[in-house]
Amino acid sequence: MRQAAVSVGLLAFLSGCNRHQSALATFGAEAEGIRTITIALVVGAVFIIAIMVGIYWRAVRAPEGQLTHKQGMRLVLWLGGIGPTILLTVILIFALPAMRPRVTAPGDLTIHVEGEQFWWRVGYERPGGGVLVAANEVRVPVGRTVAFELTGRDVIHSFWIPGLAGKMDMIPGRTNSLVARADKPGRYRGVCTEFCGLSHALMAFDVIAMEPAAFYAWLADQSRPAAGARQGQGAQLFAANGCGGCHAIRGTEHDARIGPDLSRYGDRLTLGAGILPPTIERTADFIRAPQDAKPGVRMPAYPQLSHQEARAIAVYLKGLK
Amino acid sequence: MKRGLPGWAQRLRVTLWTLIVPPATWAVHFLFAYLWAAINCAKVGRFATFPTLFVAGTVAALLVILASGWIAWQQSRVPGDPAPHEESTDIDRLRFLAKSTLLLSGLSFVAVIFTALPVVFIGDCR
Ligand code: HEC
Ligand SMILES: [Cu+2]
Repeated sequence: MRQAAVSVGLLAFLSGCNRHQSALATFGAEAEGIRTITIALVVGAVFIIAIMVGIYWRAVRAPEGQLTHKQGMRLVLWLGGIGPTILLTVILIFALPAMRPRVTAPGDLTIHVEGEQFWWRVGYERPGGGVLVAANEVRVPVGRTVAFELTGRDVIHSFWIPGLAGKMDMIPGRTNSLVARADKPGRYRGVCTEFCGLSHALMAFDVIAMEPAAFYAWLADQSRPAAGARQGQGAQLFAANGCGGCHAIRGTEHDARIGPDLSRYGDRLTLGAGILPPTIERTADFIRAPQDAKPGVRMPAYPQLSHQEARAIAVYLKGLK
Repeated sequence: MKRGLPGWAQRLRVTLWTLIVPPATWAVHFLFAYLWAAINCAKVGRFATFPTLFVAGTVAALLVILASGWIAWQQSRVPGDPAPHEESTDIDRLRFLAKSTLLLSGLSFVAVIFTALPVVFIGDCR
């Protein structure tokens, strides 16, 4: 019984272990620096606690009269005053460089991210000029300095890719800058870390670190409209139900910017800001009743759509790639 | 007890006001650090390799704290009643205030350095 309780308790610690979203499983230089500081501090703290316990042990067990008042005061001066001052100074100097943002050069990639209840608007500055608008997914080239320009649309959100860098708040009316460099290609995850409403915990995004050549090829390819953006029953239903009043699809007349850009929905790894698999079924369900997946969601429900119609739209959206 | 130079320091008036000189200097330096960084970033846009004004301000703050601490140290050694210096006599009151001021200047000295280090180390307006 007791053993079971202990194992269940220990399991809670394991829940933090995953290589997609963990500050300990890093894929970027900034997060690596934070991890090093964390490990040094934890090890150092354990060491200091051990020393304190040792001194306490000795003080309690020393025979009467063996320790003098003067010795005690000297201990207080050194271990309580001078020692900690030196230690804290060293830690400060050791940790401060991690707070200095990486230097950016002209030509470095800039990605604008806006937090919005409960999704992410992403804009990549193209090398040739102009901005590619996307949503709920952040792609970065590895080995390159990337500047994230972060802001909020409605309330304060916070942008955190644990494996890449520290957190940065997204504040309406203000642009915060976060500079990072990914070092290891792969698929990762980021989250919102400032309570922003009912579906705050359901506001995440995919992060894909790619080789630079692949990244820039992807960026160029994304700018062209998806094939089949205009054809089919799904496209008609999309237009007829006013989805284009909020969503944009490149290559069509829909260019609204209230909801996530759906131009390349078929390429997405998740649905609903990092929370659901983007299958046709799940997408159709989301269209008819988004609040079932995300309480307080800013998209209206479409119960008037038949299941078959919602599915037709989902098939159309999945084809956008 | 040495006579001469420390004599004037020992004769200075001691009140609760002199006690708060070191922490007040710390507070002013703290404000100075914020103002300097904000104005510097707004007007110049970047940090100089050697921020002369900021270093001068920090050195000035440290000197004020050092002076206050040194005076307090002298005063805490004024000969008088025997230990444990806890009677309500003039000399014990002096020694109490002096010792407190001395400890506060130690704290404030370190605090000013801890405030200055980030400014020098981060040195970035972003
Ligand atoms: C009032 C504006 C509005 C209208 C109208 C609207 N949506 Fe949305 N839609 C949103 C918002 C806002 C979100 C983001 C929800 C979230 O994740 O918090 C969203 C999300 C979505 C998503 C998920 C996107 C992603 O990146 O995972 C799909 C798919 C979608 N909408 C399809 C539709 C379809 C189809 C229609 C028409 C039947 C429609 N929407 C009508 C605002 C709207
Ligand atoms: Cu949020």
